[in-house]
Order: sequence, then C-alpha cells, then structure tokens
Amino acid sequence: MSLQPLYPMKPGRGPGWERAMEDRIAAAIAANRYGLGARPGELDRIGTDPRGWLREQIEGPPPLLRGADLPSSAQILSAAFGPADDAPPAERFAAALQEYRRVYSAEVAARFASAVATDRPFVERLTHFWTNHFAVSVDKLAVVGVAGALEREAIRPHVLGRFVDMLLAVERHPAMLLYLDNYLSVGPGSPVATYLAARRKARPPGLNENLAREILELHTLGVDGPYGQDDVIRLAEVLTGWSIGGTGRMPRVVLERLGADLGEPGAFRFRPALHEPGAKEVLGKRYPDSGEAQGEAVLRDLAAHPSTARFVATKLARHFIADEPADAAVARIERAFVESDGDLPSVYAALIDAAEAWREPLAKFKTPNDYVISTYRGLEIPTTGRPREIAAFETLGQKTYAPGSPAGWPDLSSSWDGASALLARIEWAAALGARIGSRRRAATLAPQLLGGTLSATTLRAIELAATAEQALTLLLAAPEFMRR
Amino acid sequence: MAKLSRRDVLRSAALTGGAVLCSRVAFAAAGDTDARFVLALLRGGLDGLSAVPPYADPDYARLRRQIAIAAPGRDGGALDLDGRFGLHPSLAFLHEAYADGELAVLHAVATPYRERSHFDAQDVLESGFPAPHADRTGWLNRALAALPRSAQLANAQRRGVALGQNVPLVLRGPAEVVSWSPSRLPPLDSDTVARISDLYAGDELLSRRLADALALKSQVPASMDGGGAPGRRAELLETVTAAARFLRDDDGPSVAVFDTTGWDTHANEGGARGPLAARLEALDTALRELKRGLGPAWERTVVLVATEFGRTAEANGSRGTDHGTAGAAFLLGGAVAGGRVIADWPGLAPSALYEGRDLAPTLDLRSVLKGVLGEHLGVPERALETDVFPESRAAPLLHGLVRT
Repeated sequence: MSLQPLYPMKPGRGPGWERAMEDRIAAAIAANRYGLGARPGELDRIGTDPRGWLREQIEGPPPLLRGADLPSSAQILSAAFGPADDAPPAERFAAALQEYRRVYSAEVAARFASAVATDRPFVERLTHFWTNHFAVSVDKLAVVGVAGALEREAIRPHVLGRFVDMLLAVERHPAMLLYLDNYLSVGPGSPVATYLAARRKARPPGLNENLAREILELHTLGVDGPYGQDDVIRLAEVLTGWSIGGTGRMPRVVLERLGADLGEPGAFRFRPALHEPGAKEVLGKRYPDSGEAQGEAVLRDLAAHPSTARFVATKLARHFIADEPADAAVARIERAFVESDGDLPSVYAALIDAAEAWREPLAKFKTPNDYVISTYRGLEIPTTGRPREIAAFETLGQKTYAPGSPAGWPDLSSSWDGASALLARIEWAAALGARIGSRRRAATLAPQLLGGTLSATTLRAIELAATAEQALTLLLAAPEFMRR
Repeated sequence: MAKLSRRDVLRSAALTGGAVLCSRVAFAAAGDTDARFVLALLRGGLDGLSAVPPYADPDYARLRRQIAIAAPGRDGGALDLDGRFGLHPSLAFLHEAYADGELAVLHAVATPYRERSHFDAQDVLESGFPAPHADRTGWLNRALAALPRSAQLANAQRRGVALGQNVPLVLRGPAEVVSWSPSRLPPLDSDTVARISDLYAGDELLSRRLADALALKSQVPASMDGGGAPGRRAELLETVTAAARFLRDDDGPSVAVFDTTGWDTHANEGGARGPLAARLEALDTALRELKRGLGPAWERTVVLVATEFGRTAEANGSRGTDHGTAGAAFLLGGAVAGGRVIADWPGLAPSALYEGRDLAPTLDLRSVLKGVLGEHLGVPERALETDVFPESRAAPLLHGLVRT
C-alpha cells in the first residue's frame, strides 16, 4: 500500500522534515515489525536509533519464564509415565488430560502476559518464531501439557545462544519425542526387536520415521535440502532409543525387555535396548555406533550444514522482511549464520542490518497472534489470564500451540488475510472498543502506536468517529494496524 | 441372512451398477457452473465398520464384541442396505436417501496412505498426492483452477468456499477461494461497517476481503451470528445451513468444504448407542438439513463424506478401535447415481486383514474423487491425471457415480 506522509501535519516544513519522517517510520518498523507492537511511549524511546534499540535487546541473558503454576515437563508427564495404578487406562488418560489442560491454560496465560509486558519484544518475537519453527501441536492430546514447556525449556534458554544447542534441546525434549512418536521407535535390529521376534509377536513395534523426517525437512535442511528417503530411515535408526523415562504407553512386551531401569518418568531417556546397533550413513557421512552420541553427532552436522543456514535464513527473512524476501537479504543472513557457526545474536544482527527491512513499511500482514498481542500492548490492557482473554487467539484463528501440523503456522499474508478472518478481527476489535473505548483516546494513541506509518486517511477517520468506542475500533481496523 | 463374500459384492456392483459404471465415458460439460459439490471431512478417522456394519460378514460380530452393530431387525440393529451391509441405526436420513437412490455407500475405500498418523493421513487425503507433505496445495483447489477460465470466475464470487476461518489444505492453492465461519462476536453496526469500508478504499486487498466477507454474511441470517460458542452439534448445523445458502445461490460458489472433528474413537466408542452413535446422529441431522437448505439445488449436488483412514477391525481393550486403513465413505445428493453399495469386499477373516489388523483397501478414494470431479464438475480428465492427482495411475477414474 502507498504511504501518505503525515508529519508534520502543517505546511512549512523545515529542513529536517524528511529526516524526521524517516525516523518516525523506522521507529514504527522496529516496534511493530521486529517487536510485538508499540506500547505508548515506546516509539519515543526508540527515537532516532531503532537499530540500537533492537541490538540492546539481544544482549545479555535471555528472558526466561518461571512460575509456580508452570511445572517442568517431567513433572507434567510424571503421572502418565509413572508406574501404572489400578485405574483403567481410559480413566487414567482422562485424569491426565484434565491436568494437561490446566497447565496448558497457565502456559498460554504466562506467554501472553510476557509478550504484552516485555521491554524486549524483539526477543519475545524471536521466541515465538523458533517455537513455530520447531512446532508441536496440542491437537495431539499427548502434548497438551508440555507444548508450553517445550518453549520454556528448549527454546527460551537458547534464543540468544547457538542454533545447534537449541536444536539438541528441542529434539531431546519430551514434547517433541511425544509429538513425533520417537519415544516408541524401535530399531529393527535392537535388543527389544530381537527379543520380540524370538517370541513371535505378530506386530512388533518398529521404526518410526516421523521425527527423523521432520528434523531434515522442517528443522534443519528444509524440504529442498539434499536428502533422500534413505537418509530419513538412517536418521530414524540413529535416533532410536531417544525416548522418555518411565512406562508411558510402552507396550507391555517392550517393558518386559527393558527391565527394571526405566529412568525418571517423563524426562528424556536414552534407551540402549531400543537403539539400532551399528554404524550408519547419513548424507554420505558414516557415523560409528556410539549410542546416544551417534544422534548428537548427526544433529551437530545437520546444524552446521549449508542448507540449514540457507533454510533458516530464508525463514527469518520471510518473517521479518517480506513474504518474498530479496535474495540478497537472505544471502547476507545466511552468511552471518555460516560465519558465526550458527551464533544466533550474530544472525539477528544481520537481520537488523538488512536494509530491505527498513525500506518498505507494513510489508507483513499480522498473524492473529501478532494482532492480539499488539492490541493489548498498544492499548495497555492488563492481562488477566482468564479463559475469555486467552480464547481470543482461537476466535481469531490461531489457537496458541495448535498449528495443526509439525510444519507450524504459515508465514504468508495469504494464509491469514481471508475474508472471514479479517471480519472476525474487526468484530473482535469492535467488541474490545465497546468495552474500553470510552477510557482511551484513539486520536492520541494512533501516532503513538503507528508512528510514521499512520496515514492521514486513518487519522481523519478516527477524528471524525461518532463515538470514542468507534474511534478505537477504527484504529484497530486500520490497514496500518492490520500489518506490521 | 446372506453370507457375504468378496466375489458376491463385486458381482453385485457389476450387475446393479455395472451398466452405469461402465457405459458412461463422457465428461460433464467442461466446467459445469450449475453443478454443486460439498466435501465433508471427518477428522480423526471414522470407524467405517460401525458406520456401515458388514453385518453378514461371518467375522464381524466376533471382532467387534460389545461394540458390534446387530443385524437388521434386532434391537439396535443396522438399517439394512442390501442384505449384507447396513447403516448405523443413527443414520436414518442416509437410509432414506439410499432408498431414494440418492446415496452411494463406498466401503473398503482408502487413500494411498498406508501408515497410521492422523497428520500425514489428512495431508494425503487433502493434498491429493500419494505421499504426505508433498505439496502445500489441495486437490479441490487445483481442480477448480483446472476448470475452463470461463467457468472459473464467471461469477462475482469465488468458486469455492471453506466453512471455517482458515481455508483447509484441500481448498488451498492457485484458485481464489473464500472462507466463512459463524461469528462468535457481536455483529458490527452498519455505520462502523461503512466507515471501515471507506477506510479501506485505498487498500485493494482489504477492501476486496471485507466486501467478500460482508457479501457472504448477508446471505446467512443474523440469528446465526452473535451467540456464544454453541455445542458441536449446533455448530455443525450452522455450518451446513450456511453452506446450503451459499451453494443454492445461482451466482454463489459451486464448491463448499467443511470439516468435523471427534471421530478418533480409541476408547468407549459405543455401539448402537454411545459417543460415536451421537456423532453419527449429528452428522445425519446436518446432512438432512443440507438437503432441506439446498432446495432445488439438491438435484445438482454431490456431497462426499470422507475421512483420513478407517479403524482396526477388532475392538481394542478399551471398547474402542485404533487407527486402521480402509473404511467407509458416502456419496450423497440428488445428482448421485445412488441406491447401491460400491465395495469389492475383502472380508474380515484373519488372513484377509491388512497387516493382520485392518480392513484391507480395495478401492482408491482418488478413483471416486476423479469420477466426481470429472463427470460432475467437469474438470478435464487430463488435469485430473496430472495436476489434480499426480502419480495416480493406480487409481483410474470411476465412471458413473453421478446421474447423467
């Protein structure tokens, strides 16, 4: 869309006018595209140094989320993976699911509150980006309780660290091992398989390729990466034994063979009895059998693979620059990834320096997640964690931690700008406007939230609104608030 | 009770439906703009052996134990179709439609997917590719895109509508489609709508989207909007009511997609009564409502009810069933050449089960889809064999599924 310059609103521009205009636009890009939407006063704090504002945020330790209502993944899964009690499986599962749902609500509330309140919104957005890159989805009921823990335990600690460490943490996390079924994957030549074959089990559990396929396709090399079905199978064999402690839904015959040492229920557990023995070749490189370390060695090489740098750079550029980012921008981010050995702050620095990102304001259509968070930030609405508040994400089409597939939510305008989705957004904004509009002044807020991207058309519509409530609705419905 | 064998049913299909199945080669007029198609996706894996019990199969009752559906005439018994297969007793409307020749029941049908993951199975069901995650577009959208240009956007509206906020994979792709879902939010007042429309005047994308949304909204009664979250059953009724309103409009879309969840019956599935029975009853009621809502357009409509996979032949230890392979599907509508069961029945004997546990697939769902898309919507055969269903030579188009 075209931008109509707004500042200064009166004729008689001084010599610094163009420069001031550019600064106002750059501040809005920093707060709204790289961040999660400006809070009142944020654009002033950004001032004339948007890149510096972003760089400051990626220094120091990452912001973690802790709370008494946020148990560890092992705690959450301990009931389901602990020793079986007398209750029938269906009842046991129902009880576990009730607890999972309670934890899920607490996780979503904590994540939302953090996104709304944070002074480091760039880091929070990056956290959401990586969670989506390594997606699990709570429509698989087994992960309802631990989807938030994956973000807290495997993503947040590494969001300002190295890609390889995040990759290792994610692939060992119980949420991922559950979601992509690896905890039950049995090597065809493993001790357990041999044991079962000797007992002539009709359908012995076997190799599960799910995790291996998604690691290659979605987590590292990308779908166009240089791997084939053989590599998927070999990597699946490499990863056999990467499992979860306790009993879980292990078939009884498997448990018989595993013996007494089941490990901490609900925590990562390498099980040699499930592991496919022998050296394996992945992407043309031979990995001697070293048990658990074999998988780690392959993952380290995948993290350092040029295709991974390319794939991650492309996704970051698509998220922060445009749906179809310029090749040159992708190439610079890719180079930063390669030259820093996947040091993420170095990669982010290249992202901040991408001239393409600052050239075109409003290049990205907000996701529902962006839209709800930026509304709460912009209007300074206190978060309560109540079900109705959290329901907004689902109402607008992006239930938290529920992308529906390991591919995560799409990052293209066309996936979010559907007619019904747009109308739902406007209706939600109107309901919110009706509730709090009388206590906000939209005309004052508009320049504070949109800075140099605020159009004269929008400001005029807000000023001419019939009521304060309607004025707020128009601000939230404005094209420049729908985008970032 | 007639004993059911594979050859019997094969012969039965050849005799009763054979004339239709084999003789008609001509496709519908390319890009028939009057034809209507509704796709209902049952996510989670419908238990085809409960929805369409093969009560005459000698192994059925043994495998299903407490959740078996009894033979017709018994308490809670199946609604008979052809002396071999019945419908679940909750499917009263479908049974009427069968008698009226408006329902064809497909059994032992499956997509080419042979593993047991919901995600991958749904991906294959919707993408139309033989393997999961092969593409980011769906067969129904590619079919719309393959229609002659004159038919594609002959109308002001899009040719396809997804009943839901997000367009599902099956309807994603190059052809422009629109989405609609009942709003859980209070409607906008007309003054605010007018002001936002003005505000979007300089924004081509948003003004087009808003106009689309408002146009669709004007076709559904206001009473459908603004309520709180309804139960699943009411939601399904809302959805089909809206689908009917869109499709019966001459200038409306010709294709609608909706989905329902909750078919993943691992535990306490129930038999003639119980959770699955309740879901089937809700589906049956919704389909009855769809017919009522479509009015005269019903005669030009084909509804396909399909799921990602069937479930295990044997009931499990939790009185449910686990992920399986082949199952049942329904072709319903005034344009369907119905009143028959189309099944090359493999039987439920231990040796006949796929991998010793599932109903074996003997009909590729893509054959059915090709038949409907080609002979009902008029999608060119060449496109069906290439863009719409790549690598699908194993699944030749099934002729004669729709009335000439």
